[in-house]
Amino acid sequence: MADGNTESITLQGIELPYMRRGSGQTLLMLHGGGGPVAPMPFAARLMERFDVIAPIHPGFAGTRIPDHFDDIHDLKFLYLDFIDALDIRDAVLMGFSMGGWTAAELAVMTTARFSRLVLVDSVGVKPGDRDTRDVADVFALHPAELLKITWHDTAKAPNPAEMDEDALAAMAGNRIALALYTFDPYMHNPKLPGRLHRIDIPTLLIWGESDGLVTPEYGAAFRDMIPGARLAVIPEAGHAPQAEQPEAFLSEFLAFAT
Amino acid sequence: MKTWFFTEDAYPYLPDPDTYESIRVNLPNKHYDPDIGADLYHRYLDMWTAADEIGLEIMLNEHHQTATCVVPAAPLMLSILARETKRARLLILGNPIGNRNTPVRVAEEMAMVDVLSRGRLECGFVRGVPYESAPANVIAFRGTERLWEAHDLIMKAWTHHEGPFNFEGRFYHMRQVNIWPRPYQQPHPPVWVTIGSAGSGVQVSKHKHVGAVFLAGYNGIRTIFDGYRSGYREAHGSEAPLDRLAYCALIHVGENESRAREGAEKILWYMTSNKVAAQWNNPPGYHPPHVAAMIMKGTRGGAGVPLNPQLDDQMARGNVFAGTPDKVFEQIKAFWEYSGGFGHLLMMGQAGFLSYGDTLSSMQLFNDEVYPRLRELTESYDPDRMAYLRNSLPDVEATSLGDLGFAFVR
Repeated sequence: MADGNTESITLQGIELPYMRRGSGQTLLMLHGGGGPVAPMPFAARLMERFDVIAPIHPGFAGTRIPDHFDDIHDLKFLYLDFIDALDIRDAVLMGFSMGGWTAAELAVMTTARFSRLVLVDSVGVKPGDRDTRDVADVFALHPAELLKITWHDTAKAPNPAEMDEDALAAMAGNRIALALYTFDPYMHNPKLPGRLHRIDIPTLLIWGESDGLVTPEYGAAFRDMIPGARLAVIPEAGHAPQAEQPEAFLSEFLAFAT
Repeated sequence: MKTWFFTEDAYPYLPDPDTYESIRVNLPNKHYDPDIGADLYHRYLDMWTAADEIGLEIMLNEHHQTATCVVPAAPLMLSILARETKRARLLILGNPIGNRNTPVRVAEEMAMVDVLSRGRLECGFVRGVPYESAPANVIAFRGTERLWEAHDLIMKAWTHHEGPFNFEGRFYHMRQVNIWPRPYQQPHPPVWVTIGSAGSGVQVSKHKHVGAVFLAGYNGIRTIFDGYRSGYREAHGSEAPLDRLAYCALIHVGENESRAREGAEKILWYMTSNKVAAQWNNPPGYHPPHVAAMIMKGTRGGAGVPLNPQLDDQMARGNVFAGTPDKVFEQIKAFWEYSGGFGHLLMMGQAGFLSYGDTLSSMQLFNDEVYPRLRELTESYDPDRMAYLRNSLPDVEATSLGDLGFAFVR
C-alpha cells in the first residue's frame, strides 16, 4: 500500500487509501470486486489526460473492513464524505462491476460534483424476475468455472498458482470484502431502479461482449433504466474489458469523456 | 465421564461419487428416495431410543442440503426423543444460530423440548461448517459475532421472567420478547458450544459453557483445551472442571479385533463420503484471508476431513477409537491423559452403512465394559496427577495435518 503513489485520508475513523496521479479533469475511479484497477496499463494511459483519483474500498488490498460496515450503502456514504473532503468538482465518475454499482448509488444521491458517469460491466440492479439469476453467483461457482465466465481469454487472468502469499491473502481478503458489500440482496439494490431517473448527467455503459458474469443483455437493461444512457459493447472481452481490450476500452471512454 | 451416542443420520445410498461434484449443497435430491428415507429416520430414532435404554446419553446435530446428515431441523428430532425416551440427557449440538437468524424462535423451541423432556435438554450452539453458508444464504463473515449476540438474546429470553424485554443489538432487533414456555431447568438448560481453536475456547469458558471439540486428534487437542482452560482460569479464578470439556471421536467396540475393525471401517464413511466442492469449502469470511488463500491456491483441501482415511492412521491421530473393549478403553485413556482430561465423550457410533445390529452391539459392549472404567477414570481425576502425566507426555510432533488442518466448528 505504502508506495509513492498512495496517500490516505481519515474519514469516519477509517483510513482510506487512494492513489492520485495525472492532471486535467478529475476522474474518480471505483474498482470492482477483483480489487484496485489503478495499477493496470489502461489506467496509466488515463493519467496522461486526467487527474485520476482511485480509492481502495475498505476491505480490499489487505485493508481492514470497518466494524460498522455492512453493505454497499456504507461505502456510498464513505465516498460522499470523500468527494466533499477532496472537494472534487466537475469530475468523471467511473466504476467497475461493484464499483459501478457504488457509482450509480452515488449518482442517484447527487450529481452536483460530477459531469459524466461511466459504468463498466456494472452490477447493482435486477432486471429479471425472482426465478432469474441475473448475476452469476460468484460465491457458488467452482473457481475454474468462475474464471471461464469472467474472462474472454482465461490466459489473461491472474493465476493464483503464481502469486506470492501476500498477493494471495489480499485476493482472499478482496473476496471477503466483495461478499460483505454484495451478498444479500445479491449484487443489487432493489430500490435502485426506482432512483436511477435522478441521474441527470451523460452516462455511458461499457461492457465486455463475452462477460458471462453480468451479460451485455443485463447491460442493455441497465442502460434502459438510466435516462439517455448509451451502451458500448467491446468484442473479445469478458467482465474486465479494461484489462482484456485496453485500446478498445480507452477509445470508447475517451470518445465519451473528452 | 458421560458418553453421548451420536449419529449424523446419513442417507448413504448414493450414486458413484464420480458422477457428482459434491455431497454437500448441490447434490440433487432426486437421489433421495423418501421411502428409504422414512425407514432410515425410524431406524435412527430406534438407535437413539436404544441408547436411552442401554444407558448412554443422546446427541444429535443438523446440517443442510447434504446426504451426510438428513436432519435439517434437529429440534424436530429432538422433540420426538423428548417424548420417546425416558432417561437420557438430550444434547443438540447444535443450533446453528449464526446462520439461523431467529434466536427467539430457537429459545422457544429449546424451552419446549426442555419442558417436554422434563428437564433433560442440553442445548448446543454452533457456528457451523463452511458449507452451511450457501444453504442458509448467510454470509460467513462475522458468523462468530452473530453467534454470540444470538446466544446472549437466547440466554436472556430463557432467564427473563417479568414480561417483555427489549433487545436491539448489532444484528438482532426485538422489542417484545417474552417466551412461553420458559425452560424446565432453572435458571436455564446446560449450554454447549463447539470450539475448534484456542481462541474460540476462551470465549466459551467465560460463560462456563461446555466446550466441545470434534476430531481434533492428538495434533490439536492440547492447544484447544488449553485455550479453554486458561480462559476459564482467567475469568473465574479456578480450574475448569472436567465436565466443561467434551471430545467427539468415531468409536466402535467389537467383541473381537476383526469385528471391531470391520465396524470401524464402516464408520469411516463419515470421512470418505465427504466430497465437497471447492466453492462450498471456502465461503467468503469463514476462514481468515491467509487460510482462504491457501484453499484458493489449492495447497490445502478444505473439506475438513480426509477423503481416503486409513483406519490405523486415524486411530493413531486420536480421531477413531476402535477395537475390543480393553483396547478401546486403553485408547481413550491415553487420549484423555494426553489431552489433560475431559468429562464428556461424544461417541459417533454410527455412520454410513453400519447396521442397526452392529451399532447396538457396539453401544452395549461400550456400556458394559468400557463405560464403567471410564467413569472410574474420571472419578479418580486428580489435577496434580494430571499435571504430572501431562508433563511426562511430550506434545505430539506437529505432523502434516493434511485435510484435517481446519479449525471447523461443526
